[in-house]
Amino acid sequence: MTPQDTASLLVRLGRFLRDNPIFPLIILLLALIATLEFMRPGIVNERWIGNTIKFAIPLAMLAACQTLTMLTGGIDLSASVGATITAFVMATQVPIMGAPLAICIGLVPAILIGLVNGFGVAVCRVHPLIMTLGTGLIATGCLQVYQRFVIASGSVVPDGLGWLGTGRTWGAPNALLLFVPFAIFVLWLQRRTGFGRLLYALGSNETAAKISGVRSWQVYLALYALSGLIAGGAGLLYVGLIKAPSLSLVSPLLLPSVAAAVIGGTSIFGGRGGYGGTIVGALILTVLGTLLTLMQIPEGTRRILFGLIILAVTTIYVRLTNQR
Amino acid sequence: MTRLLGRHGWVMGLTALLVLAFVFTKVIQPGFGASGLDSLARATMPFAFATAAMAVVVIAGGIDLSVASMMAVAGVTAAVLMDGAGTGFSVLALLLVLGVGLLMGAINGALIVFTRVPDIVVTLAMLFVWEGVALLILNAPGGAIAPWLRELGRGPFLVEWLPRSFVLMVVCIAIVWMPLRRSRLGLSIYAIGSDELAAYRSGVSIGRTRIAAYAICGLFCAMGGVSISMATGIGEPIPGPYLMASVAAAVLGGVMLGGGRGALLGPIIAVIILRLVRMDMTLMSVDPNIATIVEGLIMVAVVMLGGLLAMRAAR
Repeated sequence: MTPQDTASLLVRLGRFLRDNPIFPLIILLLALIATLEFMRPGIVNERWIGNTIKFAIPLAMLAACQTLTMLTGGIDLSASVGATITAFVMATQVPIMGAPLAICIGLVPAILIGLVNGFGVAVCRVHPLIMTLGTGLIATGCLQVYQRFVIASGSVVPDGLGWLGTGRTWGAPNALLLFVPFAIFVLWLQRRTGFGRLLYALGSNETAAKISGVRSWQVYLALYALSGLIAGGAGLLYVGLIKAPSLSLVSPLLLPSVAAAVIGGTSIFGGRGGYGGTIVGALILTVLGTLLTLMQIPEGTRRILFGLIILAVTTIYVRLTNQR
Repeated sequence: MTRLLGRHGWVMGLTALLVLAFVFTKVIQPGFGASGLDSLARATMPFAFATAAMAVVVIAGGIDLSVASMMAVAGVTAAVLMDGAGTGFSVLALLLVLGVGLLMGAINGALIVFTRVPDIVVTLAMLFVWEGVALLILNAPGGAIAPWLRELGRGPFLVEWLPRSFVLMVVCIAIVWMPLRRSRLGLSIYAIGSDELAAYRSGVSIGRTRIAAYAICGLFCAMGGVSISMATGIGEPIPGPYLMASVAAAVLGGVMLGGGRGALLGPIIAVIILRLVRMDMTLMSVDPNIATIVEGLIMVAVVMLGGLLAMRAAR
């Protein structure tokens, strides 16, 4: 084999990995599970798998916000706040309104945050990162003010959400009942619909997309509103799992949600990636979390690791793309 | 000529706004005087350093999201090193913290240059890394700041109405910024911010200039971190709300997102205005949570306006 052949083989391998990041990711996931089994023999059983999936699902839902916005080159840092608000408002409204109405009321602020994000990104051309960070701050302030009005009413997590969050049927977590249709919907949305095509188009070349007649502001507005709605759903599921609504309920999931999308092969610059990889990314992070807990890694090191993982993976993707 | 006038016009407008805000404060609180100015100056100090840090990288055409985390690292490092140390060693510790700031900034810049990943992604990742480093250095608020350093930021300077912390802040920023602005490096920073390709073709070393800009950003962050610890007397590993505030103040101060325009005077005036607005709300006994919301709304509105202006300029 001549050196040129080796080079072209490398390029082809790089291209394959870039287009199908899901294969190396699954291998990585299996390797992590094997490490875990090696360190603590017998830990990997049906119960453990069920638990891992249970905790990975809210993360994967929150990561859907990041995946969809990243396809257009954006990001949604207000997702965790949206999720927290939905969970908190829902739980405090249940004693007053009853569960179904409370869930609807809870989702309103999350969608509202999304619409404001969409307006800022689409019309004012603020960078999504700064815009969503700002709306997240404002929404947190609003939540603190809201909290004092409802402090007397107490909070209740509806049984249905608890069943969905923690229950299992035949060993499989009930949350899958919500998540499987949701994942199919997102995958269908990004692959088969015009809306999904527009996301990829805007992400890979916004100018070209605009010249071809895409009304970008409509797409951004719809996208960020959808992202808010998904975040709200994730919040509902997460409060069903944790069962204790608080003002910082979902905040610890924000960084892992960005990491899950990045690890899953979605380019943070837009135009490349998909939700399939993100799901595997969320599973990898959950298993990695268990591994770090087993090794008694302090919180500081954990954050450093997450940051470095995001940086390393992005660098690798940048290198692969540049080989074109 | 008109552009020069426009730039000075912006700073003059801000100054007018600042004077108006002071007049308003005096109206709602007739007793506002030396002590009010002192507490305003002390509240402004960390925000001013964060804004200066952000402004330098934005002028260079980048952005640094890890500003608040780097300040946390500097603050806890200072508090840990000075805990129980004598005066001589605490001076050494202060210099060391400033060095750490330079190093952190240089690492950010070097990662951006060598990985070729966009600044916004690198500094987002580094935000978490520095946050983790701060937590590793100090797991919970603690440590102590040298007494002489705490005294440095308290009380008036020469005349009664001139707070010492304000003088300290101005001197620290000017000592770095004035020589830089006039130097070759300062010119290069403006050059890569306004047109990277043109700067490259005129013989500016893009990578080295960018790393230097981020290192200066880190230096200002270290000063900001020390100033937080000076105010509280201890180190706090959880980053404060300085990121959003610094971006908003830089934009309000006439530093165009996208680079190449603006200076540090405007952002500093903008920071004082924003702090004064917050103080007025406290004086009018507005609920602090609502004050936070209003502050957030102002910042988002400013950033949105800045986005619209930048779009206009690009057209």
